[in-house]
Amino acid sequence: MKDLLYLPDVVTLKLYEETCNGCGMCIKVCPHDVFELSGGKAHIIRRDYCMECGACQLNCPVNAIMVNSGVGCAAGIINGILNNTEPSCGCSDSNSNCC
Amino acid sequence: MKNTFIIGNIPVSDTSVPLVSTMLKSEDYLGAVMVRWGINRDNYLVSPGLYAFGSPGPTSDVFVTANYKLSFDTLRKNLSGVNGWILVLDTRGVNVWCAAGKGTFGTKELVSRIKLVSLDKIVNHKRIILPQLGATGIAAHIVKEESGFNVHYGPVRASDIKRFIDDGYRSDKKMRRVTFGFEDRLKLIPNDFIYGKFYLLGAMAVIFIISGLTRTGFSYRDFSGEGGPAILNVFLAYLSGIVITPMSLPYIPARTFSLKGFYTGAIVFLFLLFLNLAGSNAFEIISWFLIITAISSFLAMNFTGSSTYTSLSGVKKEMKISLPLQISFAISGIIFQVIGKLN
Repeated sequence: MKDLLYLPDVVTLKLYEETCNGCGMCIKVCPHDVFELSGGKAHIIRRDYCMECGACQLNCPVNAIMVNSGVGCAAGIINGILNNTEPSCGCSDSNSNCC
Repeated sequence: MKNTFIIGNIPVSDTSVPLVSTMLKSEDYLGAVMVRWGINRDNYLVSPGLYAFGSPGPTSDVFVTANYKLSFDTLRKNLSGVNGWILVLDTRGVNVWCAAGKGTFGTKELVSRIKLVSLDKIVNHKRIILPQLGATGIAAHIVKEESGFNVHYGPVRASDIKRFIDDGYRSDKKMRRVTFGFEDRLKLIPNDFIYGKFYLLGAMAVIFIISGLTRTGFSYRDFSGEGGPAILNVFLAYLSGIVITPMSLPYIPARTFSLKGFYTGAIVFLFLLFLNLAGSNAFEIISWFLIITAISSFLAMNFTGSSTYTSLSGVKKEMKISLPLQISFAISGIIFQVIGKLN
């Protein structure tokens, strides 16, 4: 099946290649194959496929990745607006269909 | 809940670890079907802690999962013929990926759970296998620092675990990639359908009340004449947003979910218009177009949360445009409906 692509040019993903130590962890954790390792450094090759889950940032041992991560969920964003909090799907609370 | 999946105990060092079956029973399958329909979904869990499967020893692998029973069952089912340990984290009954996003399937919980079960006394190696999607909540290098254990991210799908082990604890590209195929989407629909039931009933009630409007007051002489078809239209708009759009997701020529839902709603409207079910005058017809597309678009937009490829930035951008439109469509739709009735 072909990859589903969401909106182009919106994601906040940033990779500081000069900081990258080429460990390849981002490649291992990314669910959409956004990164590639070449010349001892990671590179972003499929930016628009990034869903901002934040796994790469969290698992980067040298903090070379920045992404404004969160749930890509409309109900979660509405929840956040209504409760004046960060967007959050109420998965662990009662009543939720998010994720 | 009766833990019929526990089939014995394995004594290890100074404690004993419950042994679980890697064969699912009919009640496990039944439970899975029920939670897909939203039944007992918030209470479908297993106790956090360490479990054994097969006949494990100190060299056996440790697999980490969430305490949502569906996650636990999917894991153990895919481990038949293997010997090892399952470490269940307390994610309050939420699946791995969602819990990782919330941080409950997280570094802190993993490190403290490793210590709580004295994992270093159970196994003589430092290798723990986590589902790749858990990485959203786990910082592998910090787990290493704080517990001494090396996190190995396994494949996205439990069904690839044996291949992952055979390939020397490596996932290939395909095993790392999250997909969102027809079957994946189909599984999510029942729960979404049930979840929105109160909105559906509310919308149906509103439309039913309006449908009884006449210039001389309310009239419900003939349910099949006015209220029935009106309720049916709302129901079809609901189906359009919650079932038809998710099912045909990759085939609808739009990027944003709200536009996908709008298109599907428009088709449903045309279908009703063709059957002469979309009102009897211009006001009512316009009203039905607005109401059906608004409902369908809004519900389709909510499917972003169930999808596996939408980003927070993208959904925010989409909503900034779509939400005001959906609201104005709904409000003007109701106004037109009332005008049409009093006309």
